[in-house]
Amino acid sequence: MSVLAKKLLGIGVGVVIVGVLIGFYVASWATSFPQSVAAVSTRKVAGFSGTQLTLQTVAAIGPKYSPNNPDWVSYLVLDHGKWVHSTVFTVPANSLVHVTVYQYDGDTGLRNPFLAQVQGTIGGTVTVDGKAITSINPEEASHTFAVPQLGLFIPLPGVPEEAKNQCEFAPCLTSEAHRTITFTFRTGAKGRYRWQCFVPCAAGWIDGNGGPMQTLGYMDGFLDVV
Amino acid sequence: MAAEHHAPPEPNHARRFGLIWLVASLIATPIVVLVVGPIMPPGNGSEQASGHVTDNTVLIGMATPVLLLVLLYLIYAIVFFRQPKGAALEGPAIHGDVRIQTTWIVVTSLLVLSLAAYGTVRLLEDGAGSGGGPSPVAVPSGYKLPVQVIGQEWMFTYRYPTYGGVETPHLVLPVNQMVELHVTSLDVIHSFWAYQLGVKADANPNTDNVVFVKPTKLQTFEVRCAELCGIWHGYMFDHGQVVRPAAFKAWIAEQQRRFAPVQKDLPSYSTKYIPEPTRRGG
Repeated sequence: MSVLAKKLLGIGVGVVIVGVLIGFYVASWATSFPQSVAAVSTRKVAGFSGTQLTLQTVAAIGPKYSPNNPDWVSYLVLDHGKWVHSTVFTVPANSLVHVTVYQYDGDTGLRNPFLAQVQGTIGGTVTVDGKAITSINPEEASHTFAVPQLGLFIPLPGVPEEAKNQCEFAPCLTSEAHRTITFTFRTGAKGRYRWQCFVPCAAGWIDGNGGPMQTLGYMDGFLDVV
Repeated sequence: MAAEHHAPPEPNHARRFGLIWLVASLIATPIVVLVVGPIMPPGNGSEQASGHVTDNTVLIGMATPVLLLVLLYLIYAIVFFRQPKGAALEGPAIHGDVRIQTTWIVVTSLLVLSLAAYGTVRLLEDGAGSGGGPSPVAVPSGYKLPVQVIGQEWMFTYRYPTYGGVETPHLVLPVNQMVELHVTSLDVIHSFWAYQLGVKADANPNTDNVVFVKPTKLQTFEVRCAELCGIWHGYMFDHGQVVRPAAFKAWIAEQQRRFAPVQKDLPSYSTKYIPEPTRRGG
């Protein structure tokens, strides 16, 4: 084998190895999903047939849950009494889902005020700190929990700036400043539905729409209806 | 005295191949136009979509003889210019042929230029379902129902300025009514694609992109974003509806009632928006 042929062979082998490594990296990245957390049956605790999903939204996920991005805004879900960093939720098909969101973040505001109206809940309302409402001031929106394919749009008002005892990192405690939002919606057919926040709440990114807004596991995820 | 070997005379390949191609084209082109043409995308959901079907039929009608020329020549060459087994002959020297070269250049140029002229004429009729920018050159005559398409990460919403600027999460249009869509975006570049209506227009921030469409049958049509716009681009889809005028009136009245709570918070209707907030933007 000539020297040139050996060089070409070496380059070819090198390119193949690098290509395979890149392929493994991309495949690993594309298939890494947060764990799915199932909603809890509420038959025994709330007196109605359905399931309970308990979430919290935080201004910073903190080093405990996300060492690489501790300052990213995020959702968390309650799983068997512990707050879990996941945005993939499992709920039963054709049933009522009761959701409670403990909202610890300040307001950012909606780019489209239209999304400040509650849509898709039972009764067309949500309760914010115990008060039933049909819409919020768009400028006071901190996040949304929206499942467009199910027609579900829930605006979440922010914690006032002047509130004392603000939560710094997740998991936040109910003793810290927060808003409590509850609502109930009915799931439809089985399937995987994406949900997302429509508020540009990613601090430090262009128009607030990068980072945690573009990464599965923070401000968006899936609702697995099974 | 050596025996002379006379090779059998070569047939006139040019004439023979030309005849084969002509017959094949005369048979295949009408079949393609009449059989494949009617099932060409995107269907006949609107005047513009029907125009696309016509355009695609013209294209495949013109492409068929060209495709046959290439394929048939390939087959002809394989059959008739095959080197005999065991022979190791040099191919004959290739010389240029001014007539063939000139014919090829003239015919292909005419084909391309005529298609360009045809496309320009079609665009000037009504925009052919594509965005014409804020001041489109082609504007259909008569009343046009204005509807705004607002792209945002990651869904489209719609405003109806002649109905108090009500905003809705779904697109519903009356049948047989020319519609003037004003396509814009609140954040990044999206592309509004109503497939069965033959409409595709970029949704650019701070830009009004006008496109005309006249739905011609009752239907459910697909709406998708056709511009890679972020993590949920693939989920940025919905279904719109074309309904009878009376059903449209009832639907829009219901939307006005349903979205009354948020109406006061919407900005005044405008062909484009520069929304705040970007408080957390870097």
